[in-house]
Amino acid sequence: MILSRLADNLFWMARYCERAENIARNLEINLRMTLWDRAGADDPEWWEAAVRVSGDPEEFKARHGAAGQKTVVEHLILDRDNPSSIWCCFERARDNARATRGKITVETWEAVNAIWLEIQDLTAAKLQRQGAREFCDWVKARCHGLRGVTDGTMLRDDAYRFSRLGLFLERADNTARLLDVRYHMLLPEGAALRESGAVDYYHWGAILRAVSAFSAYRRIYRDQIVPLRVAELLILRQDMPRSLHACMNEVTTVLGELGPGLECARLAGALHAELHFTRIEDVFRDRLSSFLNRHLAQANALGARIAKDFLMVA
Amino acid sequence: MARRGKGGQAAFDEMSGLDGQVRPAYRALKQWLEQVPPARLRQMQAEADLLFRRMGITFAVYGESAGNERLIPFDVLPRILAAEEWQIVERGAVQRVRALNAFLDDVYHQGEIFRKGLVPAELVERNKAWRPEMRGIDLPGRTYVHVAGIDIVRTEADSFTVLEDNLRTPSGVSYMLENRDVSMRLMPEVFARHRVAPVDHYPDVLLRNLRDIAPPAAGVDPTVVLLTPGIHNSAYFEHAFLAEQMGIELVEGQDLFAREAAIYMRTSEGPKRVDVIYRRIDDDFLDPLAFRPESVLGVPGLYAAYRAGNVSLANAIGTGVADDKAIYAYVPAMIEFYLGEKPVLKNVQTWQCAREDDRKLVLDRLAELVVKQVDGSGGYGMLVGPKASKAELARFRGLIRRHPERYIAQPTLALSTCPTHVAEGVAPRHLDLRPYVLSGKTVTLVPGGLTRVALRKGSLVVNSSQGGGTKDTWVLRGAP
Repeated sequence: MILSRLADNLFWMARYCERAENIARNLEINLRMTLWDRAGADDPEWWEAAVRVSGDPEEFKARHGAAGQKTVVEHLILDRDNPSSIWCCFERARDNARATRGKITVETWEAVNAIWLEIQDLTAAKLQRQGAREFCDWVKARCHGLRGVTDGTMLRDDAYRFSRLGLFLERADNTARLLDVRYHMLLPEGAALRESGAVDYYHWGAILRAVSAFSAYRRIYRDQIVPLRVAELLILRQDMPRSLHACMNEVTTVLGELGPGLECARLAGALHAELHFTRIEDVFRDRLSSFLNRHLAQANALGARIAKDFLMVA
Repeated sequence: MARRGKGGQAAFDEMSGLDGQVRPAYRALKQWLEQVPPARLRQMQAEADLLFRRMGITFAVYGESAGNERLIPFDVLPRILAAEEWQIVERGAVQRVRALNAFLDDVYHQGEIFRKGLVPAELVERNKAWRPEMRGIDLPGRTYVHVAGIDIVRTEADSFTVLEDNLRTPSGVSYMLENRDVSMRLMPEVFARHRVAPVDHYPDVLLRNLRDIAPPAAGVDPTVVLLTPGIHNSAYFEHAFLAEQMGIELVEGQDLFAREAAIYMRTSEGPKRVDVIYRRIDDDFLDPLAFRPESVLGVPGLYAAYRAGNVSLANAIGTGVADDKAIYAYVPAMIEFYLGEKPVLKNVQTWQCAREDDRKLVLDRLAELVVKQVDGSGGYGMLVGPKASKAELARFRGLIRRHPERYIAQPTLALSTCPTHVAEGVAPRHLDLRPYVLSGKTVTLVPGGLTRVALRKGSLVVNSSQGGGTKDTWVLRGAP
């Protein structure tokens, strides 16, 4: 048992940290591509895609106009007025951690607080000196550290479970959005799913690397990088830790412990079953984007139901 | 050596008395002080600051910019009380709290003490802290004040005087516990040369008392919670600390709700019934339906649940009428009336500015006196005559003339001193003592308390908000 307010704080502490890490991973795709295709990488559409995955493209357009490397990087990393910038995510994670200090270990608190302290004086000039890629690496390293300290020190109680819940719902959401937006960019409807060219190798390679799946792909498929398999890896493979299936494995386990008879557990179970029993051919029979959008809508409904079942008690 | 303050009185030094002879309780500390290098003391002081900062023991200072958290300075040298000195404090504080509980039960029931003419009824019933809603409510064990902080000063070897009773939501006990922790870590060799009585069981005693006042329907395992105003309160650290030590939930008003005159907390497993609330929120803010309607800190419907006997509160609602600075003067009479005993602890002579004779005397002798606001605390709104500038004296003259009922005055006491580590080395500084009195089936104290020390030379104001610090308080067991 845990106070609903604190459960909410733990859920969002984990969610915001995971979101920060995913923003960094998403930016990496663009940053990596600037290295081998300067002209292509300057294409505003590519930078807009980065904003579509991690933020609000309407708001971005209203404030900055056309998307370019400098504006998007600063918007997604530094912008204190953009609620989905890495800076704001870490600040919110810290606010949530601070409100629940009695329920997390000192080490977990110190890890969250240290990240926040280190980004306090980050400016555009400093970011430029340091390099955006290096900054994204730093974000990932800090988030790995934070998860390690949470796993290594926290009692396996409801506080821990709510932080796991936040983490995996957020991760699944990000993987689905990233796939949806990037896939659509690279592969307009009707293009070949099972073929590969040099351009694809670099594009899909950048995506796989950003979700730490490049060598996993090689090991599993021992073949060229083709779009269908990338989708399979990131949606259906449960041994791939950032896939939708792997995330839903964790979510259903946690909900089974927190409230096996609750409506949210049923919704999670249904979502999980679909990922468990669907073949990639079925995913593409309709369209990938409609599959992913349906998935995202169901995941949203699940999030709302979790809030109703645990967090809005009266 | 006896030191003379500006008022001309000599202050009693707890290590050296008035004649410079080391007193027995301090013999071992003095020996150690004579051989410890100054650099070692400075190093210990730095370690102490680091420990407190790491533990996050800070307090917010009202009136300074938001989010301003400070450490209360901790002095590494302990204040030591011999067993027989402590016995005086203990007996006196227990006696006082028993009488104050009896007084509260009386004024909210039959009002015997008014009928006997010992306390003027209007003094109580016109008080801002008076809660007519509490009339006729029978509390478990007739206990109103479960936790009291009694502020005591010492003027001579065996002369302990109460400055004020804190009967609402007294704070500071976390410092008593953390100071002990830190001083044991910093000076284990000195600690080991004394037989110091332990204080760590305070949270256990408090929890036991809180469980004891649960409504009978709560059964054998009542749910106890600590209600805090939240993270922005100056004592939030203490609330979190005590909740953790007692293993109970630290809740805010928004975590609780009332249904059918019972209180529940919102948990991940649904509503959970709450039986006892150790509340660290003032009466005014407890329930917007019963008290201040604009309060967002409290729980709508809490008072009705309390009145119905479905939830217990510690401390009870309405205890403020007994710790008012105007009621203070009547505590010795309460002790004689309810207990038939002579008071063990003295009261400071107190002049009520509302009374014409008293006011005249106060205005004439303002430069010698301490003036306090009747409902003030924390050293705010206070005048120390001998230390005050002409402008301050003139300002208080005006305030007293305009609102005499808001002020009382007392003689400036020669507070005892104790060796303290300050910038210029080890020097005597003035102190007070706040022991915490816990009332349950019996009234008890853990042997110790919060010693506050005025770090500025000659200063008599020990409040942390006014630049005071704290010390660990060592109560010795048996002969030193």
